[in-house]
Amino acid sequence: MTERLVIVGAGMASGRMLEELSERAPGEWDVTLFGAEPHGNYNRIMLSPLLAGETTFDEIVTHDADWYRAHAVTCRFGETVTRIDRARKVVVGARGEVPYDKLVIATGSASVRIPVQGNDLPGVVGFRDLADVETMLATAQHPGARAVVIGGGLLGLEAAAALNARGMKVTVLHLMGHLMERQLDASAAYLLQKELEARGIRVLCNAHTQAILGEGRAEAVLTEDGALHPADLVVMAAGIRPETRLAVDAGLRVERGIVVDDHLTTSDPDILALGECAEHSGVVYGLVAPLYDMAVVAARNLAGEAASFAAPEVSTRLKVSAVDLFSAGDLEAGEGAEEIVFRDPARGVYKKLVLRNDRITGILMYGDVSDSAWFFDRLKTGQSIAEMRDVLILGPAGRGAGIDPLAAVAAMPDDAEICGCNGICKGQIVAAIRAGANDLAAVRAATRASASCGGCSGLVEQVLAVTLGDAYAAAEPAGICGCTNLGHDEIRRLIRARELKSIPAVMQEAGWTTSCGCATCRPALNYYLLAEWPLEYRDDPQSRFVNERNHANIQKDGTYSVVPRMWGGITTPAELRAIADAAEKYDVPTIHVTGGQRIDLLGVKRDDLPAIWSDLNAAGLVSGHAYAKGLRTVKTCVGANFCRFGTQDSTGLGIRLEKILWGAWTPHKVKLAVSGCPRNCAEATCKDVGIICTDAGYEVGVAGAAGLELKQTELLAKVTTEQDVIDLTAAFIQLYRENAAYLERPYKWVARVGLDWVRARVVEDAAARKALIERFETSQSVYRADPWARQAQPGMQPVKWAPLADLTLEAAE
Amino acid sequence: MTDWIDIAALDDIPPRAGRVVRTTGGCIAIFRTHDDRVFALDDRCPHKGGPLSEGIVHGHAVTCPLHNLVIDLHSGQAQGADEGRAATHAVRVEGGRILLDARLLQARSAA
Repeated sequence: MTERLVIVGAGMASGRMLEELSERAPGEWDVTLFGAEPHGNYNRIMLSPLLAGETTFDEIVTHDADWYRAHAVTCRFGETVTRIDRARKVVVGARGEVPYDKLVIATGSASVRIPVQGNDLPGVVGFRDLADVETMLATAQHPGARAVVIGGGLLGLEAAAALNARGMKVTVLHLMGHLMERQLDASAAYLLQKELEARGIRVLCNAHTQAILGEGRAEAVLTEDGALHPADLVVMAAGIRPETRLAVDAGLRVERGIVVDDHLTTSDPDILALGECAEHSGVVYGLVAPLYDMAVVAARNLAGEAASFAAPEVSTRLKVSAVDLFSAGDLEAGEGAEEIVFRDPARGVYKKLVLRNDRITGILMYGDVSDSAWFFDRLKTGQSIAEMRDVLILGPAGRGAGIDPLAAVAAMPDDAEICGCNGICKGQIVAAIRAGANDLAAVRAATRASASCGGCSGLVEQVLAVTLGDAYAAAEPAGICGCTNLGHDEIRRLIRARELKSIPAVMQEAGWTTSCGCATCRPALNYYLLAEWPLEYRDDPQSRFVNERNHANIQKDGTYSVVPRMWGGITTPAELRAIADAAEKYDVPTIHVTGGQRIDLLGVKRDDLPAIWSDLNAAGLVSGHAYAKGLRTVKTCVGANFCRFGTQDSTGLGIRLEKILWGAWTPHKVKLAVSGCPRNCAEATCKDVGIICTDAGYEVGVAGAAGLELKQTELLAKVTTEQDVIDLTAAFIQLYRENAAYLERPYKWVARVGLDWVRARVVEDAAARKALIERFETSQSVYRADPWARQAQPGMQPVKWAPLADLTLEAAE
Repeated sequence: MTDWIDIAALDDIPPRAGRVVRTTGGCIAIFRTHDDRVFALDDRCPHKGGPLSEGIVHGHAVTCPLHNLVIDLHSGQAQGADEGRAATHAVRVEGGRILLDARLLQARSAA
């Protein structure tokens, strides 16, 4: 006698299972198939190409009415299943009951509707089924229609690219710091974002959706930063949720999905579950390959064979035309794991392999996935790659083939372009070398090759090596850290020339050999980016040394020192009282008067920082940036106001300078002083910028030092007005900000570039000076602000300053 | 079998940052790395006791803010030529929540 099989869910997993079952046990089961959609099974993963207009619905139908008829499947499409009665072994549908001997639940998953106001307005859709696609296409027909896609994961980006291809203006709002964070690292995500933006898609990361607005239908999406993103269509692609309601109501064991064993049996031996609604060994699968594996296993079990499902390795590809991306395995560089990173900035290629014990355990490829199958095969079989470790990243081509980069350069014809920026060919470089240019700098001077963005420096060096042979002593790699061969100047040039505006962008375009940098390069890149793009770049606190992240100086016992600013070294009784009160209130053990004419509160506990700042702020005191690679102090003497030798208002000038310069980030710390006469009580002649007042006006000196080295300032210029002093100082500091290497003090930088070079730009060329001052002011429009006031806001405190948890109280119970 | 205590949401820690959990036996640093892995170590550098939670996190390592020792987050071991090891603790993430080994409560309060 035939047994009765009921299947709830007519998607890809159950479709594949039916095919397999009809081959293995034809006629043995009397099958009833419920489907919520009004039609049978179609290839759901082709919804993206369907949306993009690259295929038609008829082409993606996998089982049509004829197929179901031929295989004697009773179809109950467009009918909701309301419940399962396990005691009576019947499935209750909207149009009546069906008894079963075996039941298969394959209800798939649904889009998560993020819980914000307006998430149920017309015009808000998921991206799961044909109806969603039809809604999207109907909206896309209107010229100039705008779409907002919430979620920059696999599904969201496929929808975004497809809607863009349909002519919509598309914005992607992604909650996380970079796209597809589950499959990609920041480097690969940078390349992907660049590609999508090049197509005209706006991509906003760290975007928190607050509400969907509109009267009667969706009109705009509001994000937490207050920005309004107009939308005729809102696509919710912020994740999927296994559809488990029937199973939960029926009392089956459900965690994230319906829990199944290796035979795909649920906690009820007569009920199986498979597909996206099932959870096996703690994992819910969403990709088609493992779901098909499940389908085959389920069919074989129903056919009376013993078959087990084993967790497979899965890989991800993005179905966006002309985007090549492959991700598989475990991408964490964990203990005992090593990374091999290959970047080809010119082609926009990024490849990362993660190895453990000489085996590939993770693969990430962007821009060139031609070897992905070869790598994935090695990942799945777990074969040792020890013997090909050095050339592994080159894929099958690397084995034994000509991988000597010098040989490749030697084989280049003379008219092959080496420097794209300046259009310099190999032949011109070789000619320059033959004429005596025997290192990179000489070639750069003679031909301008590598003199713009610097990206071809490595190639030029290889041409030098090929041309000169053993006579060429390659320069030691002068990289700023172990992650790159590029020096500070080359990195800054690249940031400027290629308009790179994020850390992952620099790491990709400059060919970083690590995926997320180190404690040396990250602070440097963060500084270079904020100095170059003050209005656009968003400071990355996690790329800052602790002092600049916490706005206080860490001490050897983990406490901090707090130094409020005293403009020009001038204070008032009220300020002193506020400092004294704060010192008592927060049990400050040591109060020290600094060399920069202000008061240092030493030994403040970390957790007290926001509160002490708040108290000091209330008295009008702001951060002294005593912890910063930035402007520290402007020391003054009392000058002409009191001193019988004073020639000018040195305190007034000092305060004016400090008010203009404070808050500016610089490559290293910057200290100033203004002395009211040549007796120099403010010790201005050992400062980064030191001003000596005279009867005739002001002598502006720069590049002094009184630290590891002792050095007197050198005269930049003599001027006659306070405004001249301020202009020269601002221009000098901006020139330093734009040109010095990170952590290079001004005196070292001036020694390197020469005082004449500085004077030519700051003093002699009025237009250049004006431009420097304008750029400084642009930056200061963002950074001339008190970080303490911001951090002491109540909203910041639980986020950043409190412990994550305090278990001492619970332990005491 | 390990018992776990729920201490916070994963999103309470920014990527590439550390934060602190107080216990009677001292502070534990909880790190979230660029790839959303979470690690728990004693918040004391084996060198001079620096607060590791305030260091720069890069890859699966943290650089101590006091003297730049680089500590591997998996083993707590100082990298390169440096010596010393910070104790590590079991921690995991489930459903967006950070779960810490509950034995930290008992073992430390007993100590």
